[in-house]
Amino acid sequence: MSFSEQLSTLFAKYNVIDAFWTNVQLTFWAAIGAFVLGSILALMRISPVPSLRAAGTAYVHLVRNTPLTILMTLAILGVWTQFQLSLSSNFETNFFLYAIIVLAIYHAAFVCEAIRSGVNTVPTGQAEAARAIGLGFMPTARYVIFPQALRGSITPLGNTLIALAKNTTVATVASVAEASGMMKSMIEFNSDLVFMIFFVFAMGFVVIVVPIGLLTTWASRKLAVKR
Amino acid sequence: MSQEALVQVRGVNKHYGALHVLKNINLEVGKGEVIILLGPSGSGKSTLCRTINRLETIDNGEILIDGKVLPAEGKELAKLRADVGMVFQSFNLFAHKTILDNVTLGPRKVRGLSKSEAEAEAMQLLKKVGVDSQANKMPAQLSGGQQQRVAIARALAMKPKVMLFDEPTSALDPEMVNEVLETMVSLAREGMTMIVVTHEMGFARRAADRIVFLADGEIIEQSSPDEFFSNPKSERARDFLGKILNH
Repeated sequence: MSFSEQLSTLFAKYNVIDAFWTNVQLTFWAAIGAFVLGSILALMRISPVPSLRAAGTAYVHLVRNTPLTILMTLAILGVWTQFQLSLSSNFETNFFLYAIIVLAIYHAAFVCEAIRSGVNTVPTGQAEAARAIGLGFMPTARYVIFPQALRGSITPLGNTLIALAKNTTVATVASVAEASGMMKSMIEFNSDLVFMIFFVFAMGFVVIVVPIGLLTTWASRKLAVKR
Repeated sequence: MSQEALVQVRGVNKHYGALHVLKNINLEVGKGEVIILLGPSGSGKSTLCRTINRLETIDNGEILIDGKVLPAEGKELAKLRADVGMVFQSFNLFAHKTILDNVTLGPRKVRGLSKSEAEAEAMQLLKKVGVDSQANKMPAQLSGGQQQRVAIARALAMKPKVMLFDEPTSALDPEMVNEVLETMVSLAREGMTMIVVTHEMGFARRAADRIVFLADGEIIEQSSPDEFFSNPKSERARDFLGKILNH
């Protein structure tokens, strides 16, 4: 079979675009969740309250050092199977939501550290000046530190987003019909096309990930704070 | 000093590890008074200046602003800090905000002024320090002297009871020192209470009501500028003046 014949065989038999679209959706929603949770964690870790700092640190170390597959399995076998906690009456939607939540919880730890590295790019004098005009911790964080820290953390946040996009394949553990799951069945039923199958999925992720990298590089240059 | 002093520092001690940086400091600053803190580097003058709005913590003793003890943390501290203006050696303008937004941030978020009120006041202050034409630029586009004058305007926008200056001209190119000192002199003439850490002796002579000389974390002597520069009482002060004036 020629290259184009192999390709058309696969695309005729499987809805590759749909499968990748699931990964894109997982990435999108999990990224929003991870960003919100990660920002809260970062606030906790830089706050003047020792117990909040300790809780933030514990979260990051615990979650960051646990393999994602284990978290995903724990959510499905532990939370869903044991506690019968259903997020949706629709079977597929339920697993899809579970996958998003686990991906968000996991990547929030990395987002937190990315933002904290951004906070370290903001000179101490900025916080001192903010406190000196009478701003408290939250207004200082909101108006002075975070706007500058986010610009400094665009690149590490982009790296986290790229990792997240690729880690959506772990959702297959939660029975979400996404690209890597489809790849497995392709290999099972079309094992003669195994190299083409790998090529298709490698290219699929390149198409998703490369724009993220280009965008963050552009944004970090564009938005850099001049000192 | 007339009645109650505006700033009272009572028995303040501070350590950095084993180093005793402030040793039982007692200092009173009256309303409208201009105090210049002088001393060799490492004498604790910057640390003392920074303790007055609690950017540095103290081990013991107390600091009162207008009769109120400086609280340790939280909302009360923020409130008191709003009454104490601070100008830093490295300007510390908010790098991501325009000049105008730098000046209006405090009045809007702390004093609760509307955008238009805050901007009108900010423009007046910027005019006063001579940088009103730069209002819509970013800090990095201004010269050091202009940035420091904006920093003074930003502090003044809070209508502070006292202004602290921590070596405000030390990071400036020589030709820009005067424009900042002029601004400070006119502020002093208007009756602003000021505590200034500086190495500018000409300015100290001209603007100070009182010189406070520190060495090794202690206040060694306090006197009027005339007396201090012509007839220093302590050996340490004579030594210090000898080193900086004879070149």
